[in-house]
Amino acid sequence: MPHDHHDHLSPSGHPYRADNDTALSYWQVMEIAVRELLIDKGVTTANDVAAQIDAMDTRSPANGAQVVARAWSDPDFHTALMADASAATRDMGFDIGPLKLIAVENTDTVHNMIVCTLCSCYPRNLLGLPPDWYKSRAYRSRTVREPRSVLAEFGVALPNDMTVSVHDSTADMRYIVIPKRPEGTENLTENELAALVTRDSMIGTGVARSPNAKQPLP
Amino acid sequence: MTARVCVKSLVPPGHVRTPTYLRGKVGTIERALGAFPNPEDLAYGQPASAKHLLRVRFRMVDIWGAAAENPDDTLDAEIYEHWLEPITQDTGDAP
Amino acid sequence: MIDFSDTARRWHDMGGDAAGPVPTDQHDFALWEKRVDALMIIGSAKGYFTVDGLRRVLEDMGEAAFEEMTYYERWIAAVNQNLIEGGAYTTAELAEKMAEVSARGATYGDAAKPT
Repeated sequence: MPHDHHDHLSPSGHPYRADNDTALSYWQVMEIAVRELLIDKGVTTANDVAAQIDAMDTRSPANGAQVVARAWSDPDFHTALMADASAATRDMGFDIGPLKLIAVENTDTVHNMIVCTLCSCYPRNLLGLPPDWYKSRAYRSRTVREPRSVLAEFGVALPNDMTVSVHDSTADMRYIVIPKRPEGTENLTENELAALVTRDSMIGTGVARSPNAKQPLP
Repeated sequence: MTARVCVKSLVPPGHVRTPTYLRGKVGTIERALGAFPNPEDLAYGQPASAKHLLRVRFRMVDIWGAAAENPDDTLDAEIYEHWLEPITQDTGDAP
Repeated sequence: MIDFSDTARRWHDMGGDAAGPVPTDQHDFALWEKRVDALMIIGSAKGYFTVDGLRRVLEDMGEAAFEEMTYYERWIAAVNQNLIEGGAYTTAELAEKMAEVSARGATYGDAAKPT
């Protein structure tokens, strides 16, 4: 097998699925054939394909966590983020391409959740590729009708006096939830704050971790 | 005063981005997002006309009625202008 | 006016449907899946199709495809259809290339190596 730096650990730290050793599927044959035809015809190059994969690999929830941490720490950035989240994240130095981002923030009275009922729209250019559950029939069907029941499955229990605001990504905008800043974090640095921000908290199916909690990140 | 709108109960085939669960429902305009090429045209490789896109906010009770988990929870969705009917004081609730 | 919404509603338009628990299993993306994603980005960036065209093809694949195929299997099928509709290559060229690829070996590792 030719040396390929993609073969070791994926950016999440997990090994890639052992697809290189499993039986070749029709769709894998199609992927290889389509890619090679496009290269043969000069539409793209092997380097461009690899570069695109590398670019997506750099996009992960860690980027979103930095945006959230800055919004918690810096009132001017918070204002800018709420006014134009695309501009604010670009100003932080993230290459989000044409992503049209809207930040929605959790407060003492409102908890936000993001869903795409029609397909799987997700702010991928900031947060990376969406998790499998976000694309599932159950999440897409139920979140707009029974968000609290879905939240309960994710272990999120809301006080009775809070309302839920669900956002269905039906068109050109993409959404990031700014979770509530946990208690007891007044003296943390931005990096320490970012470490509390989970991927699920930026979709709305979780909350930011407490600084004293010892749970692994999802 | 926030503009009230009703989502049209149209039933075209093909690629549209107005979910059925919102058709015929009344909401308010949360913000205007500008104009975008109509995805209904882009999906078929046609020249796309620019359509204004609005974020519309619905109360869950106005979508699901008694089945809503919490009537005051809200649902925001982006709906293209040609799917929205403005509701004025004179017309009151949409038919 | 007659209400045709039940007849007209398509499988992918699933907001509000009843469904079971949200599945919690997740997987990291295989290399071939990341390549599918890359081809989608490149194909649309080069103007062969739009993301709207991709969605339209995915919707037209129908509910059985959603149930029986994985996410990236459906995506490569859709990317391919969009590329053919966009004139990037022909069905005949694809057929020959797929035969050539399949002949290289029994695993993805073998087949992804050009001969």
